[in-house]
Amino acid sequence: MRTIDVISTAIGNSFRSKLRTTLTVIAIFIGAFTLTITNGLGTGINNYITTTVAAIGAQDVLTVTKTQPDQSTGPHKYDPNQMASTSPGRPGQTVEGMTPADISTIAGVAGVVSVQPTLSISPDYVEAGTGTKYSLSASGAVPGLKLQLAAGAQPSATSSAPQIVLPVSYVKALGYSSDRSAIGSTVNIGITDATRAEHTVGATVVGIAETSLGGTGGTSTANEALAQKLYNAQSIGLSSSSKDRYSQASVRFDKSATPAAVTQLKARLATAGYDAKTVADQIGTFKTVIDAIVLVLNSFAVIALLAASFGIVNTLLMSVQERTREIGLMKAMGMGSGRVFGLFSFEAVFIGFLGSAIGAGIAILVGSGISAALASSVFSGLPGLTLIAFSPGSIATIILVVMGIAFLAGTLPAAKAAKQDPIESLRYE
Amino acid sequence: MLDWSPSIKERFSMPTPILAARDVKKSYGRGQSRFDALKGVSLEIFEGESLAIVGKSGSGKSTLMHLLALLDRPTDGAIELNGSDALLLRGRALNSTRNKTFGFVFQQFFLTGGASVLDNVILPLKISRVRSRERKRRGLAALAELELRDKAGNRASALSGGQKQRAVIARALVNNPRIIFADEPTGNLDSATGAVVEDILFSLNREQGITLIVVTHDEDLAARCDRRIYIRDGLVVETESRAA
Ligand SMILES: Nc1ncnc2c1ncn2[C@@H]1O[C@H](COP(=O)(O)OP(=O)(O)OP(=O)(O)O)[C@@H](O)[C@H]1O
Ligand SMILES: [Mg+2]
Repeated sequence: MRTIDVISTAIGNSFRSKLRTTLTVIAIFIGAFTLTITNGLGTGINNYITTTVAAIGAQDVLTVTKTQPDQSTGPHKYDPNQMASTSPGRPGQTVEGMTPADISTIAGVAGVVSVQPTLSISPDYVEAGTGTKYSLSASGAVPGLKLQLAAGAQPSATSSAPQIVLPVSYVKALGYSSDRSAIGSTVNIGITDATRAEHTVGATVVGIAETSLGGTGGTSTANEALAQKLYNAQSIGLSSSSKDRYSQASVRFDKSATPAAVTQLKARLATAGYDAKTVADQIGTFKTVIDAIVLVLNSFAVIALLAASFGIVNTLLMSVQERTREIGLMKAMGMGSGRVFGLFSFEAVFIGFLGSAIGAGIAILVGSGISAALASSVFSGLPGLTLIAFSPGSIATIILVVMGIAFLAGTLPAAKAAKQDPIESLRYE
Repeated sequence: MLDWSPSIKERFSMPTPILAARDVKKSYGRGQSRFDALKGVSLEIFEGESLAIVGKSGSGKSTLMHLLALLDRPTDGAIELNGSDALLLRGRALNSTRNKTFGFVFQQFFLTGGASVLDNVILPLKISRVRSRERKRRGLAALAELELRDKAGNRASALSGGQKQRAVIARALVNNPRIIFADEPTGNLDSATGAVVEDILFSLNREQGITLIVVTHDEDLAARCDRRIYIRDGLVVETESRAA
């Protein structure tokens, strides 16, 4: 039998018992649909991170922290320099803080152009004029990492005037009619010092930040001048040794540095006892987390597919049983065992193809619909986010993987058919 | 004294049998449950002959036919096709020999009900890698020969019993076999329809010179053959030739 005839016969056979084939195809459809959606979710989110965050991230900045002692083995020695972490992590997590001595050490590392400690500030409230006070959380601007703005400009790193970028949610609350009208106005920020005395610091609103995926939805960003002012205010009453304690620092390096040079710089910082990460590294960590979540979701889909593959085994075993005589006759007429095997395993592959192609196709329609709907409602504040995106490569991979699984499932019934003795089959009643 | 080597046979102008069984034995099972279905059968079948294998149920007729059709291997003895040892054929060569040399007609029709009559008939051609257009041409020709041309597109399940058996004969015929094996070809048909099918088989034998090997316990059918061999309990008990 020619291969083309094997294929067309197999396809014809799979339509012979329509109900059974349909049910098996549905089972595969569910798995393939889920797999396509979960994969699309990963693709969509990662695309968003890459295109929006990485495009605006500075390529010449390293975030440096002190290398932490290994916390996995038992308690470690008390260190008076431990301080609460300002970077996202478990609540109560502490990091070993950096001192001015650390900053000058870092400044001395070859390749470092400048180093600036990140001040951790905890203001109490913000008010516009004599309006209502709203609680405020703020962080210093990370050099080079640009904010997504709805209006206004990035906070200036060089200006000595205190500047702040407020999130969109504060605009209406503070009594401004629009994002644009808030720009240029002055707000007062209240902050408590170590002696529990209240201070207020004035700042100019230079920008209004878009809500973004990084979770900075409620956080305002202070420029260096404002951050320093707030830090000074909250540090009143602290000894200078407790005051000059930073959880991290930003290092600038040569803009034209090659990736290899950056790696060497990181290595030099590591030898000096510091962990350094570029924006790309930080995005990489974020992506790793998303990839891990997608992997877990995918494994559920694969479990569904495995269940479906038993459906294929079952369906084909039944048709081998039903077609015993036909198989016997074909073998009596000189059809080789290999071709009989091919006939049934291709039928399995075809069922797999049907299920996965329909599953992927409908997943693309549904996924695109869902992300379009979400983009104009829930995620309207996140322009550019397509929650579920599809790449032709991953769709093709999914279809091929499902066909592969189907082939494996088909080998058992196909081998059974190929082994059949023509005489036994012809006697079969 | 006489040496039956091929050269001497040729000198005596003895034709080589198209198919021969030499002291063929076939046993099923082992030890206690061993059953000897054939206990040493020898026979020669010549090109263009019609032969009936006759015997009671369970006598070993089908077993012998399966061995002659190279569907099964004897426990002992030899099968010769055109004078050469057919048991040396294996795998692809064996499959292609069966496909090109033999046609099969069984008591049960073994038609695929859901497929068209034409598709059923061209199955041997499909197996022997004949191209689609040529398949169709030869399939329709075979159907025309059996007066089923107008049923080509029908589902096989929609045919009457006699039509089904004619379709089966068309299928047996389509690859121009040299030998047609028919196991109880009329067993499932009423006597009138059976007679038509018999006529078709014998006319193929007479007009196209196709060797016909019929397994039957129907004496009338057997009587129409050139030669009859009677089998009982796995042994040939009698051979009878039509008086010329
Ligand atoms: N696979 C097998 N295992 C064991 N015994 C078998 C097997 N095939 C056939 N036999 C036995 O061999 C004997 C001959 O069987 P065979 O089918 O050749 O009979 P038959 O002459 O064709 O009978 P019928 O006219 O009923 O078709 C029977 O007794 C049968 O039970
Ligand atoms: Mg029989």
